[in-house]
Amino acid sequence: MNTPASRTPYRVETRTRTSSIAGFTAIAVVVLLVVLPAFASRSLIQDLFFILTMLTLAQFWNLLAGYGGLVSVGQQAFVGIGAYALFSTVILWGLDPVPAILLGGLAALVLAVPFGFFAFRLQGAYFAIGTWVLAEVARLVVAQWKAVGGGTGTSLPRSATESIIFTSEIATLFGVRASAARDILAYWLALVLAIVAIGGIYWLLRSKRGLALAAVRDNPQAARSVGVDAQRVKWFVFLVAALGTGLTGALIYMQKARISPDAAFSLNDWTAYVIFIVVIGGIGTIEGPIVGVLVFFALQALLAQYGAWYLMVLGVIGIGVMLLAPRGLWGSFSDRTGIQLFPIRRRLVVGALTPKTPSREE
Amino acid sequence: MALLSTHGLTAHYGQFQALFGVDVTLDAGECVAIIGANGAGKTTLMRSISGVLRNESKSIRYRDLPIGSLAADEVMQRGIAMVPEGRRLFPSLTVEENLLIGAQVRKGQGPWTLEAIYELFPILKERRKNAGTALSGGQQQMVAIGRALMSNPDVLLCDEISLGLAPVVIRDIYNALPRIRAGDAAMIIVEQDIGQALKVADRVYCMMEGRVTLTGTPQALSREAIHNAYFGAAA
Amino acid sequence: MNWIDTIVQGVLLGGLYALFASGLSLVFGIMRLVNLAHGDLIVLGAYLILLIVSLLGLSPFVAAMVALPLMFALGYGLQKFVLNRVLGEDILPPLLVTFGISIVVQNALLQGASADTQRLPAGDIGVASLNLGIVNIGVLPLLTFGSAVGVILILNHVFYRTALGRAFRATSDDATTASLMGIRPRAVFAQATGIAMMIVTIAALYLGLRASFDPAVGPARLIYAFEAVIIGGLGSLWGTLAGGVIIGLAQTIGAAINPEWQILAGHVAFLLVLLVKPRGLFPRAFD
Ligand SMILES: Nc1ncnc2c1ncn2[C@@H]1O[C@H](COP(=O)(O)OP(=O)(O)O)[C@@H](O)[C@H]1O
Ligand SMILES: [Mg+2]
Repeated sequence: MNTPASRTPYRVETRTRTSSIAGFTAIAVVVLLVVLPAFASRSLIQDLFFILTMLTLAQFWNLLAGYGGLVSVGQQAFVGIGAYALFSTVILWGLDPVPAILLGGLAALVLAVPFGFFAFRLQGAYFAIGTWVLAEVARLVVAQWKAVGGGTGTSLPRSATESIIFTSEIATLFGVRASAARDILAYWLALVLAIVAIGGIYWLLRSKRGLALAAVRDNPQAARSVGVDAQRVKWFVFLVAALGTGLTGALIYMQKARISPDAAFSLNDWTAYVIFIVVIGGIGTIEGPIVGVLVFFALQALLAQYGAWYLMVLGVIGIGVMLLAPRGLWGSFSDRTGIQLFPIRRRLVVGALTPKTPSREE
Repeated sequence: MALLSTHGLTAHYGQFQALFGVDVTLDAGECVAIIGANGAGKTTLMRSISGVLRNESKSIRYRDLPIGSLAADEVMQRGIAMVPEGRRLFPSLTVEENLLIGAQVRKGQGPWTLEAIYELFPILKERRKNAGTALSGGQQQMVAIGRALMSNPDVLLCDEISLGLAPVVIRDIYNALPRIRAGDAAMIIVEQDIGQALKVADRVYCMMEGRVTLTGTPQALSREAIHNAYFGAAA
Repeated sequence: MNWIDTIVQGVLLGGLYALFASGLSLVFGIMRLVNLAHGDLIVLGAYLILLIVSLLGLSPFVAAMVALPLMFALGYGLQKFVLNRVLGEDILPPLLVTFGISIVVQNALLQGASADTQRLPAGDIGVASLNLGIVNIGVLPLLTFGSAVGVILILNHVFYRTALGRAFRATSDDATTASLMGIRPRAVFAQATGIAMMIVTIAALYLGLRASFDPAVGPARLIYAFEAVIIGGLGSLWGTLAGGVIIGLAQTIGAAINPEWQILAGHVAFLLVLLVKPRGLFPRAFD
């Protein structure tokens, strides 16, 4: 068994058989989701829009906290800023809402620079509350902005929502009314965003940057000693997450067409729920948020009518998962079965032998 | 019957196994030295006995009771005190507080009081209001020893009390050992300084790579046997 | 506008924030745990006092005395059965668990007590004031500030002059070595959280006496407390008082300029301090 490694043919693999099967399934699912508006009801499309946008937010929070070790409870700032950038450019400059989504992402990215500057002065748990304070500051400042409705908020003007690009084509294609066509457009954009987010994060984690990220999270000292600049890696993750969260926020509020600072900067809606999705599904995995968002949606469908009880149950489930299965539903499942749909850990395949347990390349 | 004994003791750090079936015994009133090169597993053995590392219950017996699975605070309350490697004084406590905390939970029967410690190491009395970490290495070591003695333990575990100290300081500390032994505690001292260990110990265990490779009284052990047990037989 | 009056009110408001912050500071100092449910636990304390007031017909001050041991028990149990299990190198589990507790407490209060705003009956003391010529000082704000100073004096005494405090400091320095002294770190943590909950009760008393509250006001209290702790420098209780005073001053001055700027001004003051002195005004020498 102790053959010198130099004489043994080996290769580093990140793909597994399950992941190949999963790949094909994923493609099938995506195709199905793309053509879905042809035969799905409007309410299903709206539900899926909600699921997809929450999933995207969860993926970016997971990137921050699960992979970057940066526990932020201020991501609602980027949702809010993205949304307000969209509203202000549409209302004040008369931009079409779809390109304005990109400006939403850009605005979040720009805001993330001063945010990071302050937040990175705080360590660990204090970073978390620091981001929260910053989000509050953003909310309070936006509430002073009278041109977009101040504290009470505003709506997208009819003229803007009625002329959103592609909606008339969608309306004729599916034979639906303009409002339903807008939902379909938003749904497709959410689908694109979710796929790009998942694909992009997966690609990122498998790249050299991903290795550096894992190193920084697992052992900052060691990472520094092998030349990984932890601060730069953290900045990178923070900015990417802000951009993605801002884009998603803009898209969510394009679909809602009505905004207020309290809603757009809501800690509960855009961060608390997202954290529960990630924690319940499994932090530090790409599959986790997918599982989590489905569980979250099911819980909401079942319990949302009970108001406060619903949130209490959600909180208790979150606490329970953290105490009993800190790796979440998917993490526990994956630990038990070894199944990974998005394998990021590298397996070293030596000769013809395949090690039974995936070992980590150091 | 031994006061304290280990039976096939093993220890792991994650995947890494640091001890492979270690058997040592300590009789009442005895002083046993454990020698061995860096990384031999001496500290791991001390941490196992003191409960910092948990073990199978039966792998450590004390006064004929299994204590292997007890937590460190429970082990200490049964009368086994430790001077940890690297002294580990509490930086936010003064010298006197560092000593007092040694007897805060358990104050056994015996000669050791704050005054007795100050008599043993007079310099500590002068510096009693200082922060523990403001002291020199040797003085810190005196505090660490005094802190462990304050509870009047029946067993005193000392891990590398001469590590990193100047020879004169080492001499001062070892000069205090006879008086400490007169206090009736049985002792296990971990030492890399073989000469020092052989001078004070009744029996010696030599460890290498997680195993006991040699044991005997200082008189019975030849220089060569120790050398082999320490570094491995020259192959 | 009377500037002297504004400043005096701001300083006194800082006493309330110092009360919010002291428990947070204590717990962080001893076990490096940041309790995201801290604000909601203050609100819970206020409801508990209100419940005792209405059930037993006591004055809020007496009711708070009754609530003290109950809140201690709550904190002890919370630490022992929940938080101790998630303490460790990884900061994520305690953060997420306390965040979960925050959501649970808020919504349990919403369910049990409705979203209506409540207030503790302050009686005569609520309107009494001392006329000092240039300023009129409310007795209640003065009492709040005095209580904050009292709490900090007592805490400092416990911390630096008692065996319990010695165990707190030792465990905070090095829990493993503390356990070699026979100290059980988990029990120390539970006691510390119990004590923090007693401070929370006192904070809750003044929160409820001075203003109306509802189940949703907790998170904002957490933020003020947090800002006071960071401004003061971790581990220094007098620093925390100073931090509370700075937030209180910033808020009252901000509000005097434009009522809508009150909260924002507090946050801005916090960010300014963070900018100039990232480790706070009175940082601990070692950590
Ligand atoms: N915390 C730890 N984690 C991983 N390995 C450790 C740890 N502590 C010690 N070891 C390893 O266990 C072995 C024994 O160490 P130790 O008991 O400290 O030896 P000694 O005290 O004889 O120098 C060494 O190989 C060391 O690298
Ligand atoms: Mg050692």
